[in-house]
Amino acid sequence: MSLDRRQFLKIAGISSILGFGASVASATHTIWEKGLEPPQVEPNKDALNGKRWAMVVDMSKFKTEEDIKKITSACHQTHNVPDFRNPDGTVDRKFEIKWIWEEPYERTFPGSENKFMGENIKDMPFIVLCNHCDNPPCVRVCPTGATFKLANGITMQDMHRCIGCRFCMAACPYGSRSFNWVDPRKAINLVTENKAYPTRTKGVVEKCTFCTERLQAGKIPACVEAAPKGAMFFGDIEDQNSEVRKIVATQLTIRRKPELGTGPAVYYLIGGSDHA
Amino acid sequence: MKLYDGGKIIVGLLVFIGIATFPFYYNMGRVNVKPELKTDTPAIQEWEKQYGKKECVESKEFMRAEHMQLLNNWRDSVVRDMNRQYVSTTSGKVFEMSLQNGCLRCHSNKKQFCDQCHNYMAVKPYCFDCHIQPMEKEENKS
Repeated sequence: MSLDRRQFLKIAGISSILGFGASVASATHTIWEKGLEPPQVEPNKDALNGKRWAMVVDMSKFKTEEDIKKITSACHQTHNVPDFRNPDGTVDRKFEIKWIWEEPYERTFPGSENKFMGENIKDMPFIVLCNHCDNPPCVRVCPTGATFKLANGITMQDMHRCIGCRFCMAACPYGSRSFNWVDPRKAINLVTENKAYPTRTKGVVEKCTFCTERLQAGKIPACVEAAPKGAMFFGDIEDQNSEVRKIVATQLTIRRKPELGTGPAVYYLIGGSDHA
Repeated sequence: MKLYDGGKIIVGLLVFIGIATFPFYYNMGRVNVKPELKTDTPAIQEWEKQYGKKECVESKEFMRAEHMQLLNNWRDSVVRDMNRQYVSTTSGKVFEMSLQNGCLRCHSNKKQFCDQCHNYMAVKPYCFDCHIQPMEKEENKS
């Protein structure tokens, strides 16, 4: 079949009209694909609102292993984080999922240790978690937009979108992300699990969310709640009157690997003086 | 016109038609059990007592056709926009946008509710790979 110019233009014209008509028809059909309209949604009235959430951890207030265990288990309990164990009862490092955990000094603040450093600091277990960076490398590398920044500074993750590529794990300089190699429900106690929070599934990456769901219900993060008095602070660092702002403004605090330019929002107090 | 190997071809065709249409006459005369949704959980009865009628976040017809899209939009709103309250366009009532703490609070009978249609339509949504479903008595084992 051969077309002359006139026939070709006719066919092209008709098919473009048809195509346009179809797109109009589908646009009127799928109002729901645009998402919810403003009058349909509202935030929770009890929600805590902040311009930039941040955390201060005062390591000197953690006296015993128990104090640390209390906060990590409070977090992991709240968020149904699986607890994979070897047959001998030790943590199974291969499958371990961690939202908040402990690291020695040289892994928390690498490069700042020196050979004369006292053992009380060197061997002190530091509490580490996602730093909810200002400029998070994990968000930059995520190919699906599964991990992203919320307006209040939290680095959030949409588990539904995660395809498990683990780029974010490679990008995160703090090791804050864990991958579910197997179904996490295998290592979750089905009796004590938190029925109000989902678990994750095999093949997604997960991490601390600064307890977004608790903030939106008007509660502070679970770890801060479980911490000894004056050991952890959580608040809006953009608010001049907030506790975290006052501590960071008056005391010497350090952050993990600030030289990388990620702008972490978790501040550490190492010294022992009282404050706030 | 002559049909070479006509016998073989016709037998072959008949066998083919027989196999291809097998599912139709295999299921002929069988009554397909229509999905039967139970909306008589304690929470729904409580609601009925309080408001005088059974109602979902939107109309029954809308929910039947569009609940997946609604849940999708709820997810985006909760996870990305931090808005967790849904204002119904039919009743104006406010609901929490949550599968586990919203939908399943009333519809605590996943087996008698969600699974009924999903099994009938042979769709396997993976909601409950993560979202924890309420404990239910083992009634009809499949």
